[in-house]
Amino acid sequence: MTGSITRREFLKTSVLGAGLTIAAVMTPTGLRLLSAEEAKKETLRALNPMAWITITPDNIVTVTVNKSEMGQGVYTSLPMIVADELEADWKQVRFVAAPAGDEFKDPVRNNQFTGGSSSVRDMYEPLRKMGAAMREMLVLAAARTWAVPARDCAAFMGTVKHIKTGKTLSYGALSTEASRLQVPQTLRLKNEKQLRYIGKAMPRTDALEKSTGKAMFGIDTFVPDMLYASIVRPQQYGSEVASFNKEAAESVKGVRTVVKIPSGVAVCAEAIDAAWKGRNALNVKWQNPKYGDMDTGSLEKEFAAKLNDRGPVAKNEGDAKAALGRAARRIEATYVLPYLSHATMEPMNCTASVKADQCDVWAPTQNQTGVHNLAVKISGLKPEQVHVHTTYLGGGFGRRFETDVVEEALRLSKAAARPVKVLWTREEDMQNDFYRPATCTRIEGALDEKGQATAWSHKIVCPSIFSRVFPGQMEKGIDPAAVEGVENMEYEIPNLYAEYVRIDLPVPVGFWRSVGSSHNAFTVESFVDELASAAKKDPLEFRLDLLKNHPRARRVLETAAQKAGWGKPVTKGQARGIAYHLSFGSYVAEVAEVSVDKKNGAIKVHRVVCAVDCGSVVNPEIVSAQMMGGITMGLSAALKEKMEFARGGVQSENFHNYDLLRMSETPKIETHIVTSGDKLGGIGEPGVPPIAPAVANAVFAATGARIRNLPMKPETVLAAMKKV
Amino acid sequence: MANLEINGKNYQVDAGPEVPLLWVIREHLKLTGTKFGCGIGMCGSCTVHIDGKAQRSCQVPAGEAQGKKITTIEGLADTHPVIKAWIKEQVPQCGYCQSGQIMQAAALLAGDPNPSEEKIISSMDGNLCRCGTYPRIKLAIKTAAKEGRKP
Repeated sequence: MTGSITRREFLKTSVLGAGLTIAAVMTPTGLRLLSAEEAKKETLRALNPMAWITITPDNIVTVTVNKSEMGQGVYTSLPMIVADELEADWKQVRFVAAPAGDEFKDPVRNNQFTGGSSSVRDMYEPLRKMGAAMREMLVLAAARTWAVPARDCAAFMGTVKHIKTGKTLSYGALSTEASRLQVPQTLRLKNEKQLRYIGKAMPRTDALEKSTGKAMFGIDTFVPDMLYASIVRPQQYGSEVASFNKEAAESVKGVRTVVKIPSGVAVCAEAIDAAWKGRNALNVKWQNPKYGDMDTGSLEKEFAAKLNDRGPVAKNEGDAKAALGRAARRIEATYVLPYLSHATMEPMNCTASVKADQCDVWAPTQNQTGVHNLAVKISGLKPEQVHVHTTYLGGGFGRRFETDVVEEALRLSKAAARPVKVLWTREEDMQNDFYRPATCTRIEGALDEKGQATAWSHKIVCPSIFSRVFPGQMEKGIDPAAVEGVENMEYEIPNLYAEYVRIDLPVPVGFWRSVGSSHNAFTVESFVDELASAAKKDPLEFRLDLLKNHPRARRVLETAAQKAGWGKPVTKGQARGIAYHLSFGSYVAEVAEVSVDKKNGAIKVHRVVCAVDCGSVVNPEIVSAQMMGGITMGLSAALKEKMEFARGGVQSENFHNYDLLRMSETPKIETHIVTSGDKLGGIGEPGVPPIAPAVANAVFAATGARIRNLPMKPETVLAAMKKV
Repeated sequence: MANLEINGKNYQVDAGPEVPLLWVIREHLKLTGTKFGCGIGMCGSCTVHIDGKAQRSCQVPAGEAQGKKITTIEGLADTHPVIKAWIKEQVPQCGYCQSGQIMQAAALLAGDPNPSEEKIISSMDGNLCRCGTYPRIKLAIKTAAKEGRKP
């Protein structure tokens, strides 16, 4: 079903081959559809055509998917959109992973990457219009073939039918004739009732490959004449190589070369075990660590101290300070969240081949544009000589937006003059991550005599991701990720103030599934609960009162609450907590049912009920899978995960001291989809944010103890319970 | 040099007896369905069957596996009830851990065709899934067990 192709192969088969190919390009005046002939023209190529669909005479529809498959189902949902509007038979639809190139960039973001829960959101309209255009062209081609009016012909499941005579021709048979026609620009899309696949639980196109071990991930890449590389890296941030025993490593059987690269010392060998033996023989000595005393405790102190600093103001409505000053009731809370590892199940890896006239990169990447640019830079070749092959990703979650391992493979292939597969151990993966930022947040809130919230003042101390990754998107010194979910908070509180204090530390930070919302939903939704409790109001009612003008938020809250039996008795010893969050254009509310072991503080989450409104739905099966996955990952972080640091470096190493949620800890999860018909929202990330606060709020309901530090390990819960 | 019997086929591999079976299977023999996750037996991605028992291949030196029957995911037919159940319940997301999950589940069901919920959980608890497919894994195991009970 899948494959990756080079741009050259792509151009040969899709653009110059037989059959019907169309492309779509975003122009300043809107989306424009192009024939293969038009798309070939240099002037139009400069406009970055970015979606390609081909129907070949063998009756196969091939959708070139410009998004990476990392579990979120794009190899299913994007072809579904095309197939529906094209009126194709699902059985004739195939996909290929797009090579990297300007012509495959995302139309909205002008970048070829997968992130921000944007795949379906960005590609929905172009893919539907392309499908519709091809359908119209095929109908017209059939009408011409039969010399009948087009209005007497209809497309149906991969064929065009002449209604009066019942004659049919397959799309494949019509494809060449259709390719001679003008691509229509004004299109009549199917109405809701005519949709055949969109909105249906179509089975995943990758389920068989992924259930039989046949799916090829980055780690499964083999290239003739390939070497394996293993890299020794510093254990302390900023330290430099003092010495290493090159000869000892090179004398290990199978080791070909030892190369010093910016990230460490690499051993390249004929076999993976030889590379590791060589690595053990290297005996690298390090010097001049820059932050030798840094550990988890010192980092937490630095965050706490920064709370007294001032930073740029992200939001300022009304006068929060004055409102707090005159409030009938004023409460304050400080929340501390840890650094988190992505811990994708497939450790970082990349295979690269740098030759004199060609460079190939096989990478499980979320960032084709970044990989391509990097390969052009390091190889010194022209963009068209560089080919990026996207494999399946064994988890992404933002980690695979980074290109650090790609850089290593490119440098080593160049140095060794052979293809090189770089494979990180789990320890390297965990200790060389771009972590979800740790944060420290203080919120002050005011209530009037009636228990109505009148002011909210929010200060977050958080390292910046954007200053490194997208510096152009920093505004007034504010990292948009650090304040997302705060500055766009929907609660109708008249006086709202939010301030961002940036903290710069040696620990690298990056995008982690749901990004800023992963921490800000916890602080916001915990504090709303604290306000509700101070006001002696039901947490659901209190929220609904503050969301009078936000029907979508109300509806997910009400749905989750109703389905969970909010307000009705719970099993003895259990309690419910609720939280909601808006991220990536989708509204998600979650109710958690938990119990707490009063002796040791251990939390058991029994059931999670989720309601999601992502506008309209392409594949409900994938939506509920993504909610389930987001809840599980969010719960893993909420209950268990915290990166530990010691002696100026990372202490956590592997799953024995950074464990993930396991089956025995996973609750029953049910998802209810609320279709508002509103603008499409994302689905990969929005399931994560509400779960941590929903659980913390349930723990409060069960014990009266408010958990303000994550993760909610038993000792943390026990300490909080003692304060009650 | 290691002599191994994998999926009913004999292989001679130019790797020392101390090299973990996982790496011999994956990188020397290119049977890449078996995955590397942690190297310390804590995630289950590398699960294979050795003489019918689910084992973490990252923890078994190749030398110790000589003379034993090794089965990897490639040795299971596409029509294996566990694989069929995995597809029916649409378990995989990224899919990386699923070979190990399936091998663990297949060994469980081979030993107990009708496992209790508790037994499923205790048997599967050593297999990590970062995508959070656990509820569907549990469901698929029950589905496979039910299919197995059909006459």
